[in-house]
Amino acid sequence: MAERSFVEEVKKLRLGQGQVFHGEGILAVTKALLESGVAYVAGYQGAPISHLMDVLADAQDILADHGIHFENSASEATAAATLAASVNYPLRGAATFKSTVGTNVASDALANLASGGVTGGALIIVGEDYGEGSSIMQERSHAFAMKSQIWLLDPRPNLPSIVQAVKDGFDLSEASHTPVMLQLRIRACHVHGQFTTSANRRPAYTLREAMENPRRDTSRIVLPPASFLHEKEKVQQRWPAAVKFIQERGLNEFFSEQDDDIGVIVQGGTYNTLVRVLERLGVADVFGRTRIPLYVMNVAYPVIDAEVLRFCEGKRAVLLVEEGQPNFIEQNIASILRSGGSTTALHGKDMLPMAGEYTASEVLAGARSFLQRYGRLAASTTVTAPSEPFEIAATTVQARPPGFCTGCPERPIFTAMKLVERELGEHHVSADIGCHLFSILPPFNLGNTTMGYGLGSAGAAALNVKADKRAISVMGDGGFWHNGLTSGIANAVFNRSDNLTIVVDNSYTSATGGQDILSSAAANPTRSTGHAIEKAVRGVGVEWVRTVEHTYDLARMKAALKDALTSKQSGPKVVIARSECMLNKQRREKPIVRQAVAAGKRVVRERFGIDADTCTGDHSCIRLSGCPSLTIKPNPDPLRTDPVAAVIDSCVGCGLCGEVAHAAVLCPSFYKAQIVSNPTAWDRLGELVRGKVIGWLQARGAARRARFAF
Amino acid sequence: MHAKAQPLKIAILAMGGEGGGVLADWIVDLGEHNGHIAQTTSVPGVAQRTGATIYYVELFPAAAAEQAGAAPVLALMPLPGDVDIVLASELMEAGRAVQRGLVTPDRTTLIASTHRVYAIAEKIAMGDGRADDATLLALAQAAARRFVGYDMAQAAEQSGSVISAVIFGSLAGTGLLPFTRAQFEATIGRGGVGVKPSLKAFGAAFEHASHLAPTTSAKASAAVALPRSPHPEVQALIERAAKAFEGAALTIVLEGLRRLVDYQDPAYAALYLDRLDKVRAVVRGGELTLEVARHLALWMSYEDTIRVADLKTRGSRFERVRDEVKAAPGQMLSINEYMHPRLQEIADTMPAGLGRWLLASGTPRRWVERLASKGRVVRTSSLRGYLMLTFLAGLRRWRRSTLRFVHENGRIEAWLAEIHHVSDSDPALATEIARCQRLVKGYGDTHERGLRNYALLRSAWQRGGPRMTATLLAELRQAALADEHGKALATALQQHALA
Repeated sequence: MAERSFVEEVKKLRLGQGQVFHGEGILAVTKALLESGVAYVAGYQGAPISHLMDVLADAQDILADHGIHFENSASEATAAATLAASVNYPLRGAATFKSTVGTNVASDALANLASGGVTGGALIIVGEDYGEGSSIMQERSHAFAMKSQIWLLDPRPNLPSIVQAVKDGFDLSEASHTPVMLQLRIRACHVHGQFTTSANRRPAYTLREAMENPRRDTSRIVLPPASFLHEKEKVQQRWPAAVKFIQERGLNEFFSEQDDDIGVIVQGGTYNTLVRVLERLGVADVFGRTRIPLYVMNVAYPVIDAEVLRFCEGKRAVLLVEEGQPNFIEQNIASILRSGGSTTALHGKDMLPMAGEYTASEVLAGARSFLQRYGRLAASTTVTAPSEPFEIAATTVQARPPGFCTGCPERPIFTAMKLVERELGEHHVSADIGCHLFSILPPFNLGNTTMGYGLGSAGAAALNVKADKRAISVMGDGGFWHNGLTSGIANAVFNRSDNLTIVVDNSYTSATGGQDILSSAAANPTRSTGHAIEKAVRGVGVEWVRTVEHTYDLARMKAALKDALTSKQSGPKVVIARSECMLNKQRREKPIVRQAVAAGKRVVRERFGIDADTCTGDHSCIRLSGCPSLTIKPNPDPLRTDPVAAVIDSCVGCGLCGEVAHAAVLCPSFYKAQIVSNPTAWDRLGELVRGKVIGWLQARGAARRARFAF
Repeated sequence: MHAKAQPLKIAILAMGGEGGGVLADWIVDLGEHNGHIAQTTSVPGVAQRTGATIYYVELFPAAAAEQAGAAPVLALMPLPGDVDIVLASELMEAGRAVQRGLVTPDRTTLIASTHRVYAIAEKIAMGDGRADDATLLALAQAAARRFVGYDMAQAAEQSGSVISAVIFGSLAGTGLLPFTRAQFEATIGRGGVGVKPSLKAFGAAFEHASHLAPTTSAKASAAVALPRSPHPEVQALIERAAKAFEGAALTIVLEGLRRLVDYQDPAYAALYLDRLDKVRAVVRGGELTLEVARHLALWMSYEDTIRVADLKTRGSRFERVRDEVKAAPGQMLSINEYMHPRLQEIADTMPAGLGRWLLASGTPRRWVERLASKGRVVRTSSLRGYLMLTFLAGLRRWRRSTLRFVHENGRIEAWLAEIHHVSDSDPALATEIARCQRLVKGYGDTHERGLRNYALLRSAWQRGGPRMTATLLAELRQAALADEHGKALATALQQHALA
């Protein structure tokens, strides 16, 4: 069950001809798939395309109505390989994942797919996780498109353009027998807007028909001699077909083409930023009516030579706004202009930053210098306030990095690691991708490298020699099933590693929004769950396996880790730390508890607190936790100045604070409160008796103190 | 080529899970239902997990688009210097908006809650790592054309709602958007979740923001009003303090007295004044007296098991817990303490001779150690737990004979003697020595670490001779508070050849 429910949004998928869809970009893509007659969709979740997966998961009935098959792929490689169904059959299919990380994983399948080519339209929707908010290495999907010769769409970031790009993408794919990649930046995926819908289309050809009437064509399979022919086919047939289609369909756009002898070439995805900047500079209006000619490349690859030459004809200079590096498009256009004998000056990375996100300020600075260089703006033009008007110290506005949520079951694993570190010293820690990677940040500061999703254990593979310490690897359940079982665990077995791998099993791929996986505990009506990680680990030959069922039990967690690091037994050690993701648990349980209380049932709520008068403000507890609900507040003691620790209302009573206080011998300031709603008569009787005795003693103590108080 | 109509540009700065998304959705819904084209976007990503994140909204009048026969091209990210309204769910996020250039004096209205949600670096500091609120407030005030700031978290709590409703109400109250109060409220109604409390929070915020006067923070420092005690012995102490001290120092000394009669008895408080008199004999008034008064009171009221048991069993504490965990009248409450008395704490609570014997013994020591190897949970709200802690608290009467008392008393006397010794020649250094008491705090391992650091500093000032200055000692103390493992302190000591 995913973190967010799309039950409401799913209804929008049923909108018919001529209605208005209001919603998020990535949901508009989903609707566009239905309108394109897609037969199957596969994908692997990850920001910013998780919502596409979640909405499809919540829309199983609609998909069934339309004869569409939806797969939660095991990995991006699986998702890309799924598109093989479009090689022999006229089936439209789509695969989606986060990029460039997902595209890295998928690239083997993508390269094979692109080599043989497709019959039915194959669309790869990538969420380009680049710039602000990104959690991955900063690279371009563009390189994959170029190396495998997959056409790359980069539409203007408004809903009608995005929806149209999906439809054009399928047509282009079929016209050129080539898979097409649709690239959407984070903001475009999450943009809320409107578009006018069309009727949904059932696939013209079905998967069932394909299965019952298999077709085979050896020339589509990547094996010599066909593979050599594929390469020639790409440049001799598929590329020209694509160029022809792109020109005829007018996928790229020209604005005010003849209005000036300078112009700007821009990727579709950066169009809105550019137009806003031109408007601020006074050469365009808010509706995008511009005095400066624009060539908008909604197709980022291939570059259409004829269109570039046409746009540059008679122009003194053009500015290319191309986000990211290397500057593939700039190099390409330079080559086109040179070969075409053009004298137009080409500007790009000389006026805009070589690397990094093209924010509005960066594009503003670049466009301004271009327009000033060619006299369209006075040299003194400034539009906005100076960029750094206020001197702000780093201690005044501090970074707020992401961290583990309140009550997260992964936190105690790292607390235990910290405590074991006190006894056995520091160890090399190979981290993975997932929420658990937050361990590298304060307060835990654990983790030396991360090599990719599921590769935590593989990242420690070389550290496999006789030594007095063992390397520790961390791997999430998501990464485990994605590839870690083979790339990490089986690899460690085969290579006779003695290292420790901690598998964090929280029942979901939590970092991507809490989607189900094989080992999820909850029953899922459309997927097979409940497959224990321990069984899989033992299945590939690990003998030393310890499952800790309740990660909050610090003593057990610590003991398991310590044993694994000191055990005399040879072979890989695997500790499986199992507790449900708190975000999902709360989402599931809160309504149930509310109902039970309303129905008059006895319900016990737990939460922690700190006695400010015994807290001395050292904050050791926070350094071993980092829970958002465990924070500080001004010291109520007039004699002290250091802030005291405090537990705020968002506490879910996970129990870690108490465990830490015990295990680390911290302080007696923590208390656990149990609040009983609808107590029974028995409860009340006990309370009455206790209340009398305790109340009397308390009154006596208060009276004694009152004698001296002032 | 400027078209007349311009989009309204609104940036929302929030922390993951703080309702920034809800707020953005409300504004979009409000616009779309009232003749505007609305666009919003965000970059949640990993920031959804407690990080800082920005939502950006643009609203454009549909009539203007119709008139122009074209759709506006709305931006997906704010351009610094080109933002009309910034909403911040917390004070440091308001500071971040200023830092990013989103708030400019020529046009931006900044609506921000002035409460703090501390960043991790502020929380994990061993002493006080908090950013200065006043600096952040001044920044917000200076950067914005208009600043609407108050504690919206508290306002949300008062109306049993969430902060996004309060911010939404404040936004409506400023009258900056071309929508009526009823239109705002209808938006909340359409949301369908928690409508009633949201409307209540909205209404209060609306009123507040529409009548908000510029904030002033004039705090007059009044003369210390002398408290009175019905107990003649305590009254005598108050009068003695009033004769010897004045102003800020008197305030601290009175707090010290209050602490120590509560901690032990009037005689113990008298000892406090006796000790202070010795210091006062050398320096009158000034920072040194104040710091000694503060830290001496804290040291003399060191946290032992007796004190903890005393504080935990008080009726006022039971009330406070009830309040803190928001237990409603019909609900029952039980309180569980996490205690981990080790051999050391057990010996500390014993009469000094017995305690020393236990620590030096063979089998009894191991036996107690095994018994105390695990932490225990004591339910103070149960009879058993309560009586046990009350018994412990009652040992107060014999506190002066405990091993811990003997130890602490020795340390206090030595510390005072050194302050006394230095104060003649270098009162500034003596003040810094007084402040070193701050290092000794906490329980168990934390307390041991503090003592270790204190001992290191002590030998540094003893061996430093003329090289040891107030500035250097302050620097070393900061180093001692920089990390748990004493790495910064070791480096600093080495650097100054004091290791």
